[in-house]
Amino acid sequence: MTMQTNSVESQRQSLSGLFWATCRREYLLSFRRKSDLVNPLIFFLMVATLFPLGVSPEPGFLSQLAPGVVWVAALLATLLSMDALFRSDYEDGSLEQLLLSPQPLFVVVLAKVLAHWSVTGLALTLMAPLLGVMLFLPADGMPGLMLSLLLGTPTLSLVGAIGAALTVGLRKGGVLISLLVLPLYIPVLIFGSSAVQAAVTGLPLGGYLALLGALLALALGLAPLAISAALRISMSS
Amino acid sequence: MAEKKWMPRWFYQLASPRWCYQITGKLLPWFALVAGLSLIGGTLWALMFAPADYQQGNSFRIIYLHVPAAILAQSAYMLMAVAGAIALIWKMKVADMVLKSAAPIGASMAVLALATGAIWGKPTWGSWWVWDARLTSMLILFFLYLGVMALNSAIENESTAAQASAVLSLVGVVNIPIIKYSVEWWNTLHQPATFKLTEKPAMPAEMWVPLLVMVVGFYCLFAVSLMMRLRNEIVWRERRTGWVRELLSKQ
Repeated sequence: MTMQTNSVESQRQSLSGLFWATCRREYLLSFRRKSDLVNPLIFFLMVATLFPLGVSPEPGFLSQLAPGVVWVAALLATLLSMDALFRSDYEDGSLEQLLLSPQPLFVVVLAKVLAHWSVTGLALTLMAPLLGVMLFLPADGMPGLMLSLLLGTPTLSLVGAIGAALTVGLRKGGVLISLLVLPLYIPVLIFGSSAVQAAVTGLPLGGYLALLGALLALALGLAPLAISAALRISMSS
Repeated sequence: MAEKKWMPRWFYQLASPRWCYQITGKLLPWFALVAGLSLIGGTLWALMFAPADYQQGNSFRIIYLHVPAAILAQSAYMLMAVAGAIALIWKMKVADMVLKSAAPIGASMAVLALATGAIWGKPTWGSWWVWDARLTSMLILFFLYLGVMALNSAIENESTAAQASAVLSLVGVVNIPIIKYSVEWWNTLHQPATFKLTEKPAMPAEMWVPLLVMVVGFYCLFAVSLMMRLRNEIVWRERRTGWVRELLSKQ
């Protein structure tokens, strides 16, 4: 009996240990390659700058446009960062070691994606108010913007990782990922920007946030399965 | 052979490319016959004998092309996803090939549905395109097809390409209902679906019976084109086997 509980206990410990070890490795790697960390954020800022230049600098007009623009920019920045998620691991062979290891791939993949999210999606979320101010988003919309990005960007990372895993073996994966993943991003975009719109107009945004949360829960449960299957397929050839 | 057979024998036989080639060869002319008869008959019926709409006049007759194309675009994706699941679970080569052959047909059906919708929209709504829920979700479905086709052509190894597209089409199938509802809550202008399984159609029988004939014809046309593509794919993928060489040397 004690033997059994011990083994269960040690297994659980090893799973959470595995999770944190993978996260730690991801953080170390990403902080040693600072350009990968900063580039999506710069891209986010630049895309948002293009809209006043391309459309109109008039504040009233921009404030109407702002929820959608910030969300589209965040979506594109996440997409841009996805290609690097598995590529360096693929090139130096550590991805192969991960697949060969006896630990469940689900946990490893989940840890990788969540660590990646916390240096891209979370950073984008924290930077979003700056863009909101640049685009004259009314102050009432800020909490909605931050909350919707906080709930939406992990889903974007998880779904994007499926595309990254499918294209990791290909030399020109970058454009292909966007083709595969952009249609799948549409629900998150719709609910996310609607949440910001609702916040701006003073409507309750709980419903939109609940939907974003539901999408996140679905992605957390299913996406790692698809990512692991895709990685195994990509490495098999 | 004591173990229980819970799968019919033909299911396993279809897994063999050679058998599949022979079976589809036998089925093909029959499907072609039904497709030809129902498409010609349905078109004549729809254009000449079905009554004109009291509001839209004769312009509504494009429905006989638009609705079957839209139904087929959705069914082809479902078929692709089922074939993908079979390919991943049972590792059947033929299911791979079905997936690969269905994608371009489904994509062209989606284009046909979008194009006829635009042509229909101009006289009815006054513009070629509106950002309405059903139009947008058909456009997104078309993008999903393009993604599967792009992935399939980007990976050189045939079996890897097939498995990767299988995973992608399954991910897409989980997403289709989510996309559909999210877009529907976002904006709606389009009329509701013409055929529902649970209700009788709102239009009179003289109008919907030819539509049903056209839908059947489109399904048969889809089957014919799928089988032709599949047979082509089988011969190409199995080009190094003895039976294909024998087949080709006979011709």
